[in-house]
Amino acid sequence: MSTATTQVGAIARRSIVRTSRQPASIIPPLIFPVALMAVNAGGLASSTELPGFPTDSFLAFALAVPFIQGALFSTMNAGTDIARDVQTGFVNRLALTALRDWALLSGQLAGIVVLGVLQVVFYIVVGLAAGVRFESGPAGIAVLLVYGALVALSFGALGAWLAYRTGSGETIQALFPVLFVFLFISSMNAPRNLIEVGWFQTAATLNPVSYMIECVRSLIITGWDWQALALGFGFAIVLGVVSFWLAAGALRTRMTRT
Amino acid sequence: MTDENGIEVKGLVREYKKGPRAVDGIDISVAPGEIYGFLGPNGAGKSTTVHVLTTLLPPTAGTALVGGYDVVKDGPKIRGLIGVALQEAALDPLLNARDHLRLQATLQSVPKEQRDPRAEELIHRVGLVDAADRKVSSYSGGMKRRLDLALALVHSPRILFLDEPTTGLDPQSRTDIWNEVALMRREAGVTVFLTTQYLEEADVLADRVGIIDAGKIVAEGTPAELKAEIGRPSVHAIPRTEDDRPKIAAFLAQFGEPLASTRDVAVRLREGLGLTDIVRAVDANGVDIADLELHAPTLDDVFLAKTGRTLEGAAEEADTVEQEKRRR
Repeated sequence: MSTATTQVGAIARRSIVRTSRQPASIIPPLIFPVALMAVNAGGLASSTELPGFPTDSFLAFALAVPFIQGALFSTMNAGTDIARDVQTGFVNRLALTALRDWALLSGQLAGIVVLGVLQVVFYIVVGLAAGVRFESGPAGIAVLLVYGALVALSFGALGAWLAYRTGSGETIQALFPVLFVFLFISSMNAPRNLIEVGWFQTAATLNPVSYMIECVRSLIITGWDWQALALGFGFAIVLGVVSFWLAAGALRTRMTRT
Repeated sequence: MTDENGIEVKGLVREYKKGPRAVDGIDISVAPGEIYGFLGPNGAGKSTTVHVLTTLLPPTAGTALVGGYDVVKDGPKIRGLIGVALQEAALDPLLNARDHLRLQATLQSVPKEQRDPRAEELIHRVGLVDAADRKVSSYSGGMKRRLDLALALVHSPRILFLDEPTTGLDPQSRTDIWNEVALMRREAGVTVFLTTQYLEEADVLADRVGIIDAGKIVAEGTPAELKAEIGRPSVHAIPRTEDDRPKIAAFLAQFGEPLASTRDVAVRLREGLGLTDIVRAVDANGVDIADLELHAPTLDDVFLAKTGRTLEGAAEEADTVEQEKRRR
């Protein structure tokens, strides 16, 4: 194994070990999105009777939301962990080793991706146990796992950028509600074409989170909708590339070693 | 190029954007295998110097060679040959000692088959066997410091930077660290650059001491040389009552120059005078004194002579400035 791969692996392992020792970082991203989904599925079940609603199971419709909500939790946890490293000087400890900047960032994100995939597995199992039928079949479930990894990577990179930029866990936590606004002003609870409030429909249409949710949703309730998949993957990749680029720049500034 | 285990600093300056020069044109030369004590109060420029020498901060001006490499041009090479324990023991509270050592060994490119044996060796060496599998969050300050030292040693560095390694530790933990540092130099010939605000630490450990104040080196030499510069001992008379103080001060003034002291009345003796001369004079003149003490020169006396302040007073001054800054 090359030195760089070993370094990435060591940092990723640390990230996973840390998270596994903090139940407060594992349980909320698993439980809260599922609980919110259950509440919505109970309260909004009659939405499926609206003409043009794409499925007769609101649970199947809503199952896409935890994928993105869980990724937002991951953003906050990753950001808070990295910010703590900045605050405690642990980043200086790492800067004093042969660790390369990009290997540090990649390692931290690799840990987030592993945890993100575990979350997705949990949501899929919950969905299957609740009787949701995945229209895209086992291959679609495999794509969901890949997409879960991509979304965790993209949002994780966003969290890493905020952490290296601000160096403050408190700031990351304060920004969390702002990220949640993107989730709520999206097509999380209704298909965009059925949203009747004009400004809300416009905001949901402009909001990339809508397309991420619809990408996941299409694999659950439609089957293979290539346009939804292209938009979902496209926005996640753009978010990931931009966030990684910003995070790498912020990390270079933070690790001002010669 | 300096010797491969030495440190050579010339005219080093480090300025921060909004503030005075933290390091203001210092020259330092540390020989291979030497323990160099960098002594000064809080805010004197010790940690900034360490950050520059360990490649964490670029210098504003001047040159610094560590192990023969330039801190500006050869950062990665320097990081490969130095071990560093910074002022704050930056440890992950959720990891245990073994996790830390394995991570550090991997990142320092220690061969895979050597990582676990090296971790075990260091855990034994710094006395953390019983705590090796416990999360660091449960460690005492001394245990954290010892783990920090072990982490700095994981890749067998040739030069070791220790930034105030014993600050805030109890006397036993402090002695443990001193023993370990002395052992490393004795057994492995490691060059040690040690910053401290404790006179005793510099006196006990260092082969040579540089005293820094307000970013400038005000004195340098072996502890014995520095004390010899001050030369003469001081005599301290403890009055029976506060009312006796002026009378005793006037009496002692004939034997040397008065020293500032709140506890007693003190003078630095003139050349050729000793404690017996004072005792005879006290007897002959019937001066009433509770006790009389002779103090050999200390590094604090050196600091006082060079800066006009005691090291303790300078530290308090620095703390006050820091608190003022925070209040603003």
